[in-house]
Amino acid sequence: MTAGYAPGEVWLALLAAGVGTFALRLSFVLLLGRVDEVPPRVAGVLRFVPAAVLAALVVPSLLSLSVPSPGTTEPGLLGLGLDFETPKLLAGAAAALVAWRTEDVLATIAVGMIALWTLQAVA
Amino acid sequence: MSARRDFLAGVRAVAPILVGILPFALVAGAAGVSAGLTAVQTVAMSVLVFAGASQLAAIDLFGRDAPVAVVVATALVVNLRHVMYSASIAPYFRRFSAPAKWLGAYVLTDQAYALSLAEYRETTPETRSRWWFYLGTAATLWTVWQAGTAAGALLGAGVPDGLSLEFAVPLTFTALLFGAVDDRTTGVAAVCGGGIGAVAAPLPFNLGLVVGALAGVVAGVLVESRAGRFPSGVDAADAADSDGGEERGAEGGESA
Repeated sequence: MTAGYAPGEVWLALLAAGVGTFALRLSFVLLLGRVDEVPPRVAGVLRFVPAAVLAALVVPSLLSLSVPSPGTTEPGLLGLGLDFETPKLLAGAAAALVAWRTEDVLATIAVGMIALWTLQAVA
Repeated sequence: MSARRDFLAGVRAVAPILVGILPFALVAGAAGVSAGLTAVQTVAMSVLVFAGASQLAAIDLFGRDAPVAVVVATALVVNLRHVMYSASIAPYFRRFSAPAKWLGAYVLTDQAYALSLAEYRETTPETRSRWWFYLGTAATLWTVWQAGTAAGALLGAGVPDGLSLEFAVPLTFTALLFGAVDDRTTGVAAVCGGGIGAVAAPLPFNLGLVVGALAGVVAGVLVESRAGRFPSGVDAADAADSDGGEERGAEGGESA
């Protein structure tokens, strides 16, 4: 619980996180607003941002590498393993199939959630 | 060009996504109160930070009495991807007035970014206002997020947690991801971004997300460079937009 904080400390954290996040969002909007033309090489790099970031958000939420916690000995290569919940992995795969075929957000959410609830119910 | 029509087009584009955002907002609001924040602090966090994943990370740390510096640092690292969004959307924002740039940056989110970029690539500034479409998506997301976290903070333990409602968020990103992959090299960027992101997931402070995203961008550039096509892979709409500032002068909202 937050009992360990001095008066105002929580507010200080909220303010700092808010101002910092705003600065991150504003950074290049201001910087690139100052140049007459965005260099083609910069535009060429930025073209890959949506696909790369969205994939880096999606995949680890379904499947991620797990490292052993200190002191435990686990079988396998250096104790490395894969961390996933089977219902979420399968529901995510079903949703990805729908997303690929339809690119429809609502259909993707609907199929993914229904698949997850179904799999959780039978598991 | 009609401001109202383009704003409403943005609202329509974001509407399906709200199905995933509202439950996420309720969960975030309830989590804040159950971690010991007041309802006012929980809502203030939504207004000040306005970024769901970093808010949940900060709430988790508050609940464990982590030092203030750790809470702030974690929230900012989780939000580092916004620098990439800022750079990526900046070419389309260049002709906005200064207040529009600041307001646009404040409401910049994963969803508003992904939806607007997709729309910008399929339309011209003449047929679709960059500002009003963006505001239609971003302002709608802002309103629903604030209302949802406030409701979650007031309901507290009344928010059901057995329904895995937060899973709707990665599902939303999945749908947006397939819209963002439009050729072989963006496919390579996605595969590397996701793969490296999964491998780097154990890194502290959620840094795996940033590492994966950067790796995906680098992989896309490398593949194109090796084929001798970099940076010619910039698609027609993109190129028109980065070269054709004068076309967008018609959009108004001009600033130095």
